[in-house]
Amino acid sequence: MSGVRVLVGTRKGAFILTADGKRDRWEISGPHFAGWEVYHMKGSPVDSDRIYASQSSGWFGQLIQRSDDGGKSWEPVGNEFTYHGVPGTHQWYDGTPHPWEFKRVWHLEPSLTDPDTVYAGVEDAALFRTTDGGKCWEELSGLRSHTSGSRWSPGAGGLCLHTIIADPANEERMFVAISSAGAFRTDDGGSSWQPINRGLRSEYIPDPHADVGHCVHRLAMHPSRSNTLFMQKHWDVMRTDDAGDSWQEISGNLPTDFGFAIDVHAHEPETVYVIPIKSDAEHYVPDGKLRVFRSRTGGNEWEPLGKGLPQSHCYVNVLRDAMAVDTLDSCGIYFGTTGGQVYASADAGDSWVPIVRDLPSVLSVEVQTLA
Amino acid sequence: MIRVVLPVPLRIVARIDGGEVELDVRDVVTQRTVIDALEERYPTLRGTVRDHVTKRRRDFVRFYACEEDLSHEPPDAPLPEAVASGEEPLLIIGATAGG
Repeated sequence: MSGVRVLVGTRKGAFILTADGKRDRWEISGPHFAGWEVYHMKGSPVDSDRIYASQSSGWFGQLIQRSDDGGKSWEPVGNEFTYHGVPGTHQWYDGTPHPWEFKRVWHLEPSLTDPDTVYAGVEDAALFRTTDGGKCWEELSGLRSHTSGSRWSPGAGGLCLHTIIADPANEERMFVAISSAGAFRTDDGGSSWQPINRGLRSEYIPDPHADVGHCVHRLAMHPSRSNTLFMQKHWDVMRTDDAGDSWQEISGNLPTDFGFAIDVHAHEPETVYVIPIKSDAEHYVPDGKLRVFRSRTGGNEWEPLGKGLPQSHCYVNVLRDAMAVDTLDSCGIYFGTTGGQVYASADAGDSWVPIVRDLPSVLSVEVQTLA
Repeated sequence: MIRVVLPVPLRIVARIDGGEVELDVRDVVTQRTVIDALEERYPTLRGTVRDHVTKRRRDFVRFYACEEDLSHEPPDAPLPEAVASGEEPLLIIGATAGG
């Protein structure tokens, strides 16, 4: 029987939530890696038993964990993320050059075809790859050595590479996003990269239309339409239909277009989900109401979805990697909050139930749909 | 044998039962040679006590022995004789950090 496995990374460990295809009764395991920050966990699309986890701590640095049995047991694998060559500098908060320093892995993106190949997005922003199941990591330095790299500057959350999307229709193409540099695309398997930020407008940088410097919070793609990307930017929800060559704003009637998470329905490429956050200074949902907003028109027209979610006195945030969808016939939507709740909808967002309410602050949510 | 006490999170990572590990350090007993031996015996601890490349102690890791804070001693300075003889352990500590 089909089922789902929800991988939840939190500030103090990881949790794995499993259910059958009805998604009404959940088993919860964890905390795994108790006490450590788990920025992200993700399973291989071609081997659901293979899961990778980013485990880090302010005391003891970065570890990468790998499971080959669906999260029942874990083995630490390689954790050496060394920038290629002489690292050079990026721009620091005060405008001065600052050496690139590895801090942590924000996002792990397993290959679409090979369970031993994984991409890692790290802070300070760079892209690494392993081809041996996590033992060794090598930087794809063409990204960081882009001519704009020395001008990249961290936002308040750090200079992090947080989004990695492989193009299922073109194995040479990949998209990444960096806060606060912007979105980038490679068309040659990661050797070279170009900024894809035309059409973005960011009032918080000196030239609002600059080629880099935009605080992109998240990108999402439906696998059947790899030229279409949706973006939640610091402010503004955007879309492109030409693989990032140009972007148009689709914020439409959202109550606020600030936010972090964005995702696409598994079977409807024009159905998009965001969770608006009040503002850059007030990182919680507006009006004390936790609502997901859904557009069935690819943007601009949004409907609030709050059935089953708290509609008063709610002041949580939903971080960029903390929303995901399953691929069951009735698409499931999942998200986790900074208040430690993980909510699920088994009906594409029409109604919601909490799977668990009192975890540590949730950093990431991923879903595996199990055969 | 050199005795080393690790913080609980690292004991869990390295799957070490009990409070101490014993290491055979053939060179002069220094912070560097002790951690070299520790990482050789427990490869999963590489990068957790000190940086992979620079070999610098992580900011929030401290080295104590004989009721002294040795964290700021040069990594190649000999550790106290009581540590070298195994009479006293080298304590690797996760520093107080955060509220």
